[in-house]
Amino acid sequence: MAKKRIVTAEVNGKTEEFLCQPRQTLSEVLRDVLNLTGTKEGCNNGNCGACTVIMDGMPVNSCLVLAVEADGSKIETIEGLAEGETLHPIQTSFLENAGLQCGICTPGLIMSVKTLLDSNPDPSEEEIRFYLAGNLCRCTGYDKVVRAVQDAASKCQSGS
Amino acid sequence: MKDFEYEQPQSLAEAVQLVQEHQGAARLLAGGTDLIDQVRMGRYQPDYVIDIKKIPELNVLEHSSEGLRIGAAVPCYKIYGDKEIVKQYSALTDSCTIIGGTQIQSRASVGGNLCNSGPAGDSIPSLIALDATCVIAGSQGERTVPVADFCTGPGKNVLKPGELLVELRFPARPAHSSSHFRRFIPRNEMDIAVVSVGASVVLDDKGETIVSARIALGAVGPKVINAVEAADALAGQPVNEDSIQKAAEIAISLATPITDMRGTKEYRLHLTGVLTKRVLLKAIERAKA
Ligand SMILES: Cc1cc2nc3c(=O)[nH]c(=O)nc-3n(C[C@H](O)[C@H](O)[C@H](O)COP(=O)(O)OP(=O)(O)OC[C@H]3O[C@@H](n4cnc5c(N)ncnc54)[C@H](O)[C@@H]3O)c2cc1C
Ligand code: FES
Ligand code: FES
Repeated sequence: MAKKRIVTAEVNGKTEEFLCQPRQTLSEVLRDVLNLTGTKEGCNNGNCGACTVIMDGMPVNSCLVLAVEADGSKIETIEGLAEGETLHPIQTSFLENAGLQCGICTPGLIMSVKTLLDSNPDPSEEEIRFYLAGNLCRCTGYDKVVRAVQDAASKCQSGS
Repeated sequence: MKDFEYEQPQSLAEAVQLVQEHQGAARLLAGGTDLIDQVRMGRYQPDYVIDIKKIPELNVLEHSSEGLRIGAAVPCYKIYGDKEIVKQYSALTDSCTIIGGTQIQSRASVGGNLCNSGPAGDSIPSLIALDATCVIAGSQGERTVPVADFCTGPGKNVLKPGELLVELRFPARPAHSSSHFRRFIPRNEMDIAVVSVGASVVLDDKGETIVSARIALGAVGPKVINAVEAADALAGQPVNEDSIQKAAEIAISLATPITDMRGTKEYRLHLTGVLTKRVLLKAIERAKA
């Protein structure tokens, strides 16, 4: 067995130091070592986007990142979005617009939406659909997700 | 996933030494969007995974009057995020914007796409159309190989054990030229090409005659096909339907597709003609703009 490595990363604003094997993915370590089970595992091969987290400002599939690669990086997961009991506007919009049913895709979708709105605060419907092409949802049919994103965009812009 | 050791060389010399040392037992890791699943599924069983993302030479992204240089580990989003590259090397940025979805583009490199050497690798037709050259490092120093000669079959290329791809170099774009890449898939995004075409054209200053062209065909052979005869047939021809039709017919004659779950041989041949025409028309439209 390869020796375990010590990895230090900023996770949701907090410096975390953890031990992992080189073969462990970031999604595995987030869920099993750091107990951040909000990040979901769907396909485990890069297709579904359920494991999406933000790494140094970019959305990534955490099932396709080795945890050792995260050393020195800044990771944001769904657990870091709400402030205490106050949900992030994107989370509120998903709730209010029924942008989820079973919810397995939701943490990944919301992290993708976060980077979308950070880089493009007022996206068109087409831009939303293309940007979210790597986040699969078996339940909603996507229309309600798109409406939730449009609502989140206006909420974020008006600062509410 | 199989157990392996992880190395993260900080310099090219260190990386070359590591690949030499672990020849055969090592796999290079750029964005990992191909490799990690390949290791998980057992297609590759490396004892060492060598992460090349920290090597400065593999992160170069530079354009000048000499041309364009892209380090082998530069991810797609950085390439299409550069307005000058979008303008000058449009086919390449067309490719980078459709490799996977947003999350994949945050990590996936063009170097990794090329080294994976899939017949449907979406950057490869564009690299050939734009006449890119590979800079390869090994224990004997550096050598260069045109991208058109890099892949040798599905998943196979000219890299010898102990070598790695350092960067891709592109000649400067002539005046009145442009390029385009397009693939056919049954949905709008996130799928593997049934057929893909990349092309580049140089027009005369009136925009009436095609001075030269390059055309490459993806997913219609064991590797991406450099359709030299189709491109050469365009040289000196007027910009019109007839010239483009002829080039498309030659492209079809060069394609050697198979029938698989993505499409039949006949369907792929038909698509080769349709896409060659559309891609040439778009490249010409861009060259005139
Ligand atoms: C969901 C999903 C969607 C995808 N969609 C597309 C698509 O639409 N079009 C497409 O073409 N591909 C697609 N891919 C495949 C993949 O994302 C691309 O091929 C990508 O460009 C690979 O780059 P990478 O940096 O991630 O390579 P890696 O996975 O890091 O490496 C790929 C291979 O090349 C080798 N390698 C990497 N760098 C070097 C180097 N410098 N020298 C020598 N060898 C090297 C590695 O050892 C490995 O075998 C998709 C993958 C997934 C998971
Ligand atoms: S679990 Fe990572 S993309 Fe599906
Ligand atoms: S809500 Fe069930 S998969 Fe999206």
